Amino acid sequence: MVTTTPAGRTPVEEELRRLAGSVPDPELPVVTLEELGVLRDVRMPAPGRVEVELTPTYTGCPAIEAMSSDIERVLHDHGIPDVEVRTVLSPAWSTDAISAEGRRKLEEHGVAPPRPGGSRGPVPVGLSVRCPHCGSTDTELLSRFSSTACKALRRCVSCREPFDHFKEL
Amino acid sequence: METGTAPIRPADRTAALALGDDALVLAQRLGEWAGHGPVLEEEVALANIALDLLGQARHLLSLVGNEDELAYLREEREFRNCQLVEQPNGDFAHTIARQLYFSTYQELLHNRLARTGTPFAPLSAKAVKEIAYHRDHAEHWTLRLGDGTPESRERMQRATDALWRYTGELFEPVGELPVDWTELNDSWLASVTSVLERATLTVPEGPRRGAWTAGAGREGLHTEPFGRMLAEMQHLHRSHPGASW
Repeated sequence: MVTTTPAGRTPVEEELRRLAGSVPDPELPVVTLEELGVLRDVRMPAPGRVEVELTPTYTGCPAIEAMSSDIERVLHDHGIPDVEVRTVLSPAWSTDAISAEGRRKLEEHGVAPPRPGGSRGPVPVGLSVRCPHCGSTDTELLSRFSSTACKALRRCVSCREPFDHFKEL
Repeated sequence: METGTAPIRPADRTAALALGDDALVLAQRLGEWAGHGPVLEEEVALANIALDLLGQARHLLSLVGNEDELAYLREEREFRNCQLVEQPNGDFAHTIARQLYFSTYQELLHNRLARTGTPFAPLSAKAVKEIAYHRDHAEHWTLRLGDGTPESRERMQRATDALWRYTGELFEPVGELPVDWTELNDSWLASVTSVLERATLTVPEGPRRGAWTAGAGREGLHTEPFGRMLAEMQHLHRSHPGASW
């Protein structure tokens, strides 16, 4: 009888999940896939074979292919010859899946983290977006789409610095 | 991209092709703005919207078959997209009017499909959140151009009028999707009317279908500019089969 954790995973699967989850996001390498909340499941149905479920942030996110190959590489390096990474859409990813640590790292990196309640969409949720550089809440929207689909471009009225905002989804 | 291994019903195949081709063709049109946008931020915004649409297209076409073969090797009459999305970019106002009409339709449609038991529900639930941003973007620009300078207002009105005749086709039933198309049309009309009125624009009064071909995109009949768009989109793949970066 194999001992399982509350999530129903064996200790080996927990360790494999930790490895897969520690892969950095290819576009925002300050956060890991675990912190971003895109790693759905890691299972080992047979010795030497691991199945990983990954969900994209955005339907067309080109980073998903880099994420898959990075996970495969890390698990191969840890002695798993047969790795399959599957993309799952449901339930849809939301910025609410980003961990508290992930939010802290984004802000430290100069990207304003998403406000809570992302599943309600682009309607302003009342809370202002704080400048990650000077902390002012007096910021304005420059463009709804920035360097990637998941970010908006804003400018701080206080320190005049432009910055990316990981917008709510 | 994930591949649908489970066979889908012929009616769902029809729907996947129609919705997938809509997304693919509009992504291609929006991509044409790269290097030509009025400001850099808008170029980036349109490219990001195009990328979302391309993601939808890849998923939907993969339900039908090989996504690359479907995108690059079909002839014009085999495409099932509505005629609205194939219309040329025109000036920026035309692109925004097309975005307003289409993203409003897409948001309403996927919102409904997300609650069905169809194979489209998972994608719809995800896509609708992204489309909300597309619609938001189009609405803000419609307000800004319509309620802007005399020049911007005139151009926005011209674009709104010119594309009106392609909007009727959006509410033709697609496959056997469990959607109340009349209700969808009513919701669309209410939403678009509200935006146009706030933008001080006149809601077009003309027919929502044009001459004999307008509205037949779902049957494979397309407008003249579509062939040229397709030639550009397919040229590289057809000239160099199997080429990769």
